[in-house]
Amino acid sequence: MRANTIEVSRLCKRYGPAVALDDMTFTVRPGHVTGFVGPNGAGKSTTMRVILGLDRADAGTALVGGRRYAELTRPLTHVGALIDPGALAPTRSGRNHLLWLAHSQRLPARRVDEVLDLVGLAKAARRHAGGYSLGMKQRLGVAAALLGDPPILILDEPFNGLDPEGIVWMRELLRDLAAQQRSVLIASHLMSELQDLAGHLVMVGRGHVVADEPVAALTGRHGSLEAAYLALTRTEVEFRAAR
Amino acid sequence: MLRAEWTKLRTLPGSMIALLVAITLTVAFGLLTAAGTHTSCLGGPCPDPPVGPDGQVVTDSFSFAHRPLDGDGTLTARVTSMTGIITYPPPHNDEIVNEMVPWAKAGLMIKDGTKPGSPYASVLLTAAHGVRMQHNFTGDAAGPPGARWLRLDRKGETITGYASADGTSWTKISAVRLDGLPRQVQIGLFVASPSNVTAEANGRGGRVVKARFTQATAVFDEVGPGGGWTYDGVGRTGDGTDWEKFHQPPGMRESGGSLTISGSGDIAPAGREAGPPLEQTVAGLFAALFVVIVVAAMFITAEYRRGLIRTTLIATPRRHRTVVAKAGVMFAATFVTGLIAALLTLPVSLRLLRAGGTFIAPVGFGVGLRIVVGCGLVLSLAALLAYGMGVVLRRGIAAMACAVLLVVVPHMLATTSVVPDEAARWLLRVTPAAGFAILQSIPAYAQVQYPYAPADGYFPLAPWAGLGVTALWATAFVALGVVRIRRGDA
Repeated sequence: MRANTIEVSRLCKRYGPAVALDDMTFTVRPGHVTGFVGPNGAGKSTTMRVILGLDRADAGTALVGGRRYAELTRPLTHVGALIDPGALAPTRSGRNHLLWLAHSQRLPARRVDEVLDLVGLAKAARRHAGGYSLGMKQRLGVAAALLGDPPILILDEPFNGLDPEGIVWMRELLRDLAAQQRSVLIASHLMSELQDLAGHLVMVGRGHVVADEPVAALTGRHGSLEAAYLALTRTEVEFRAAR
Repeated sequence: MLRAEWTKLRTLPGSMIALLVAITLTVAFGLLTAAGTHTSCLGGPCPDPPVGPDGQVVTDSFSFAHRPLDGDGTLTARVTSMTGIITYPPPHNDEIVNEMVPWAKAGLMIKDGTKPGSPYASVLLTAAHGVRMQHNFTGDAAGPPGARWLRLDRKGETITGYASADGTSWTKISAVRLDGLPRQVQIGLFVASPSNVTAEANGRGGRVVKARFTQATAVFDEVGPGGGWTYDGVGRTGDGTDWEKFHQPPGMRESGGSLTISGSGDIAPAGREAGPPLEQTVAGLFAALFVVIVVAAMFITAEYRRGLIRTTLIATPRRHRTVVAKAGVMFAATFVTGLIAALLTLPVSLRLLRAGGTFIAPVGFGVGLRIVVGCGLVLSLAALLAYGMGVVLRRGIAAMACAVLLVVVPHMLATTSVVPDEAARWLLRVTPAAGFAILQSIPAYAQVQYPYAPADGYFPLAPWAGLGVTALWATAFVALGVVRIRRGDA
């Protein structure tokens, strides 16, 4: 079942003297939510950008469904991504933002209205995106990620800016998506949220993986995900602070 | 991908409004200028300048000793002498000199009547350009060197010119067809001498064009068949100059076997002296240019500023294709903008100018079409260049500034006489401003001695060649943009 996995293999990348990725290796499998955690600067964002073909790795490969992202035709039907919910033209309406994305994947306009309903933005869809709250921008970003009904989803901090009702909604949505045998990778700092939601966890520090195991195993050993995180990333943080 | 980028452009209200503003600026500028332009001559409407058989404005004034010719026939003559005067030429401008201007003409002509602008063919001796065969104002072919004998032969609508050094061995110069030439035409001998025109740079910028009266006198002999001449000052208006009143009036003198003719004027395509050129009606395009540059640069740089470029590249990861698709959409949108602006401006402006008594040199369908399409292309190539700059620089203000610096500034410098003519020509050869040549309706002619300068709207490159230069620049920047975006991280 390679069709909906994310395979990150031995990625290395430097920005000048700073090492961003140092032999980053992990695989995201379908059927459960995979949490992607680590301190700021650990390489989460860079990894996601490399997976999506935005940044180039100095070495290693990142495959989605067994292929490099840049080789995909109609990539949004393979991978849905939410990287920066604020990346919108302020005067373009939310619906039109999705419309050009749909056109870029040769998807019908009908699909735009479907995902708008799905994320609960149908009413605000024709307003300028510049006037959206962060929560609405998150919903629009999720709508964009779901536009192509992709088997793989990569979401960076999807809970940011959501109100309590939105958090519940997002949790249910992500669970449903994973239950539909999709691969769902979520970068987040919210350990308590991930503890309930994620089935698997990839923890990174200083550009490489420090833990890659089921959430149950981590909570079993450390009591809670937060405790596991603090224990496992301490050396990474201290090491960096001392440097 | 094209469709996605078009959706992107059309769903940005700012861009669409800006393009409408570009159209409005062009139309408003054109119509206001046209409505405010009134031309009159001594209280009455100005007479229209003569128009040649090909529809272009011409100069057609000369001294003509002629007689009717029914059907086919031949005329032969020898030019035994050709002299002339130029009144007060530079550098001292203080005396009348016994010299001729290079394109002073004396020769034989067959013409469809004596009305200025009517079809003709002629074989002639010039002061400095040897023997020529010229017809219908723009046709010009060089004859053999050293010839003094001229012959013109008519068969139906075809007229053949010959020249000879000795009157026995003849060289055919060329045979031309004058379509629809009636059976009866005028055949005869003529003399013309164009004004001596010079241009000087004005110290404060701009230039002063001066035209001085000249006259040429030619003596013909061995005229065969001779006799039966009527004299006409074709296209002559006014009382004449002091030189003509007190020294040598234009006209014909027969003595013995020879015929002496004096005259002034020219038989040639006219330039802008006849009236403002067509492209002046779309001068507002210059304002539209700024708008289009802003829209095109922002089309990409706004994506960088908002981080939207990442979304774009996630949706369409083949970066070169994305850059080219965006370029294509920008090109098409601005091309249509220019086209609409031209189609709205030209017909109404022309009508308004005409109503105000201003004569606009007519242009052929091909030239008109080129100018309309050219309005679109000038805007779209400037847009492409600004867009390419935007991809390379990723900063809106920087990209716009560079585009203005490359496209608008050279054109301004070159056409407002702030730099010397030769420097201006180089600017319009090598910078992206070369493309404005596509809008030039009146070409420069080799057979006219005129100080053609960029300040008068004469471009050094041919219309499509000039546009090609701009297209190369624009393509180069888009290509640089492709290289830039493929290399780095987004």
